[in-house]
Amino acid sequence: MSKEEQLLKEFTSMEYEHGWSVDIEADSAPMGLNEDIVRFISAKKNEPDWLLEWRLKAYRHWLTIEEPKWPNVTYPKINYQDIIYYSAPKQKVKPENLDEIDPELIETFNKLGINIEEQKRLTGVTSVAVDAVIDSVSVATTFKDTLAELGIIFCSFSEAVHEHPELVKKYLGSVVPMTDNYFATLNSAVFSDGSFAYIPKGVHCPMELSTYFRINAANTGQFERTLLVVDEGAYVSYLEGCTAPARDENQLHAAVVEIYVAKNAECKYSTVQNWYPGNKDGIGGVYNFVTKRGICAGDNSKISWTQVETGSAITWKYPSCILKGDNSIGEFYSVAVTNNYQQADTGTKMIHIGKNTKSRIVSKGVSAGKSQNSYRGLVRINKRAENARNFSQCDSLLMGDQCGAHTFPYIEVHNKSAQVEHEATTSKIGEDQLFYCNQRGISTEDAVALIVNGYAKEVLKQLPMEFAVEAQKLLALTLEGSIG
Amino acid sequence: MLKVKNLRASVGDKEILRGINLEVNAGEVHAIMGPNGSGKSTLASVLAGREEYKVTSGSITFLGDNLFDLSPEERAWKGLFLAFQYPVEIPGVSTTNFLKTAVNNVREHRGLKKLDAVSFLKLMREQMKLMDIDQSLVNRSLNEGFSGGEKKRNEIFQMALLDPKLAILDETDSGLDIDALKIVANGVNHLKSSNNAIIIVTHYQRLLEYIVPDFVHVLFNGQIVKSGTKELAIELEEKGYDWIREEVEGISI
Repeated sequence: MSKEEQLLKEFTSMEYEHGWSVDIEADSAPMGLNEDIVRFISAKKNEPDWLLEWRLKAYRHWLTIEEPKWPNVTYPKINYQDIIYYSAPKQKVKPENLDEIDPELIETFNKLGINIEEQKRLTGVTSVAVDAVIDSVSVATTFKDTLAELGIIFCSFSEAVHEHPELVKKYLGSVVPMTDNYFATLNSAVFSDGSFAYIPKGVHCPMELSTYFRINAANTGQFERTLLVVDEGAYVSYLEGCTAPARDENQLHAAVVEIYVAKNAECKYSTVQNWYPGNKDGIGGVYNFVTKRGICAGDNSKISWTQVETGSAITWKYPSCILKGDNSIGEFYSVAVTNNYQQADTGTKMIHIGKNTKSRIVSKGVSAGKSQNSYRGLVRINKRAENARNFSQCDSLLMGDQCGAHTFPYIEVHNKSAQVEHEATTSKIGEDQLFYCNQRGISTEDAVALIVNGYAKEVLKQLPMEFAVEAQKLLALTLEGSIG
Repeated sequence: MLKVKNLRASVGDKEILRGINLEVNAGEVHAIMGPNGSGKSTLASVLAGREEYKVTSGSITFLGDNLFDLSPEERAWKGLFLAFQYPVEIPGVSTTNFLKTAVNNVREHRGLKKLDAVSFLKLMREQMKLMDIDQSLVNRSLNEGFSGGEKKRNEIFQMALLDPKLAILDETDSGLDIDALKIVANGVNHLKSSNNAIIIVTHYQRLLEYIVPDFVHVLFNGQIVKSGTKELAIELEEKGYDWIREEVEGISI
């Protein structure tokens, strides 16, 4: 509680906090996209032939398909030749340990409030292992050794390609096929780095694994790829955070996250998305076109997505669960906040294949300013999914009278034993609620933050402690000045 | 403490308050009574600064300041408290959390140190006893699913925590059974001191059996038509409001 107030105080007078950029010498590809660029990226990473072939195949397929038109968002046509597809901060070839990392980089992450130096913590306190990705490459991964003792692999994607090719080869594209959709295919061709984690059989990962993404260089697209494999009976909680400098041009972020969860295993994936949203007039901001999907491949497995979306000019993402194993569970908890001219089209897909599979969707949209906020979700119960259950709760909160909230639920049921529930509400922050708070000495700005945090509580409480605090700050910050 | 002079106020094009004069000093309890639609709640809302009510003329000074220069939250910081007739619900915000936010905001603006979690909980527990508030109530979302009585008790509980100079109780007695009424009245009496003042807005006399007013004013058609002591309230209870109506209309004819 005291934290909450302190945060509100701190953040009510600020605009986008991470709008700075740092002059870090970068090693970049020439602008534009063609087969040579794909080869350039692959060569930079010193990749094996099979991966280069995989990329080229994706690139060739990409040339034959078109950008999706169905999302409820509008933006000028993206010129894919105006983007730099690879940019790496120049530094020593490969840091052997954290001491060798360019201090500028460490400073960059310190500014973000992310400590990439391993801290000794008191026993009993969970710590967070971080993989820090700036522009196109992973610059540091912490706590690797501690994790390795348990057989957990947590490293950059590039490193995994070299150190664990058998795992990468087996799972890459297994959940999100290379041909899945326009942006996932583009990512498959030009992805530069990202995080990789493997939790071996029966291991309960003792700390949160976390990736922080930062776009720094100008005109650069970010195309990272995350692959998580949770083996039988294992557990992992994964966090993802992202920020970008305030720039007048739009930056493209097209990431792919794949999660594979085996029998009796569980993965919890939390995101606090805070890419630069553009300024108050809608200039600049990140186009966040992301494909995230997990498969509950084995029986009794579970995937839980939690997302707090406050940033980006446009958000287009549907973290999904394929519930293949019997008794598997998929969850999606989301708070999406849009203000000014932001647009969000986000939701989830729950694909029930196995018997007795369950899914739960809790989506809380908040729209303010002139923004448009859409929930789009699919619940599909396949023919053989006996006794499948779904519960969906879709709430929208409107602030002011110039924004929009939209809901596009798709329900496809092919098995009669299914039980699917959908609840939806739309509400406005009431004048009477604000007045009540004012009368108790709470300013309108603080009241909005209080009411919105209350509204989003069901989702926020799913977040690990470290993230919950950050998420509350962000909600307050994003909605600053939206009333009054 | 409070000086209301020739106050006129309207909602939309409808004039509701038509020249109110009222003076409240520290240590006093005033009751404002009147039939439905006489403007009682409008007066309470204008004092608290509700936007829908437009003040067209007159003045109000509160502890030396022009009240109209102050936003609703500034009035609260200065010590004005309104116990709502219809307290609002805020889903997902626990009563404890709400109260702590309110108390610390108010304290900060009164030049007091903010309370940390431990000291706040201590203060809250003390006041909970006074208002017979159960722990489970403060854990729940603010006013959500509260019974009518719980909501009203919660208002006085907030009054206790915020320690106002001037408390306005807007129909706090409506919807209360006799036990709840006694608890609320005990709470208010406990908070009453020579440093603060209370305005009780009510339709009935029964709350005034427990909180004894120094002055009773009858509001009719947007004006205070009669003022007196507690006996006036009893008279109203016995005779109803019709004789006032007759008297006033008689005068105006």
